Amino acid sequence: MGKVLVVGAGPAGVSAALYARRGGAEVTVLHKGLGTGALGRAEKIENYYGLAEPVTGAELERRGIAGAVALGIDFVEDELVELGYRADFKGYKARSVKAEHEAEAVIIAAGTSRKTLALPGLKELEGHGVSYCATCDAFFYRGKTVAVLGAGDYALHEAEALLPHAARVYLFTQGEEVSADKIPAGVEVCQEKLAALQGEARVEKAVFEDGSELPLDGLFIALGTAGSTELARKLGVMLEDGNIKTDEHMATNVPGIFAAGDCTGGLLQIAKAVYQGAEAGLAAVRYLRNRT
Amino acid sequence: MSTKVITGANFNEEVLQAKGTVLLDFWAAWCGPCQALGPIVEEVAAAHPEVKVGKVNVDEEQSLAQQFGIMSIPTLMVFKDGKKVNEALGLMPREQVESLLA
Repeated sequence: MGKVLVVGAGPAGVSAALYARRGGAEVTVLHKGLGTGALGRAEKIENYYGLAEPVTGAELERRGIAGAVALGIDFVEDELVELGYRADFKGYKARSVKAEHEAEAVIIAAGTSRKTLALPGLKELEGHGVSYCATCDAFFYRGKTVAVLGAGDYALHEAEALLPHAARVYLFTQGEEVSADKIPAGVEVCQEKLAALQGEARVEKAVFEDGSELPLDGLFIALGTAGSTELARKLGVMLEDGNIKTDEHMATNVPGIFAAGDCTGGLLQIAKAVYQGAEAGLAAVRYLRNRT
Repeated sequence: MSTKVITGANFNEEVLQAKGTVLLDFWAAWCGPCQALGPIVEEVAAAHPEVKVGKVNVDEEQSLAQQFGIMSIPTLMVFKDGKKVNEALGLMPREQVESLLA
């Protein structure tokens, strides 16, 4: 039938995996580890169906995953840094820190993070030197000086994607330390905190908190890990107010890409995540069956 | 109206010297959001036969992309009687594409 890749192992992701697996699809769940999502970090859950006593978020998370593992669902703990189309455009390929994955359908259930960056000049220069996708826009920075804002594996991946095109690639870590062995050769690290981005019609320079400046043609934003919206953006999934836009069956505008849970906005509750996960899992199976 | 492939060679004739409205879609095969916008642009082309819709592949037409300072794709541009009147970046719903034509 085909393979479903579920991104995220919270209530939406696990529920999606259960329904897709029951529907006959091969399912892999990729997640960042226990205790990293909204459920795993919740101290106590008591307003959910079937709980006679309150349980910790961590315990409910453990039970959810254990139930899915018992059904033969494959869980992989790794951080996704890239999601794109397969060369034949009939499926998707994902790259995590340790491996590559392929699937015919993807369910994005990686939660929401609401990372906002209040950097003067950022909003105004979006699309004019400020980019959120190195694989999309690296092409336009041939021979130019660019920087990636971020310090995690995602930022390092974006920097690597820029290296073959740009003349100079900086990593602006905003004061964070990155171990030297992780930095791709050719990437220059700058730890000073960014204060503003300046330029008339396009990015011209970065201004740091200590007052120093650096001429720059492009700034690629890759803070933290690649969350639901960052992954969606790379595929051309439509967003609305920062949330992934879906129809009533959790399908996005991109065929074969579904979303469930907190990343779709609305109620940030387990009950809603479980329902949307079920709907997305079933819809993914229907999509795989009807695929030509 | 179906879409037309715009190149450096036919740009003058098809866009600058064209009467009426021309919608240009700057895209590339490796760009995910462009793949998603493509069918939306096709829909707009079908619904608005009075508008000429052109596709510029930035991989093949680098000088056109450079000429218009394209730094991110997809980028849509609207020309009226050969003059650029509107520009928008990124994936957007059909209504938003249509609002660029007004």
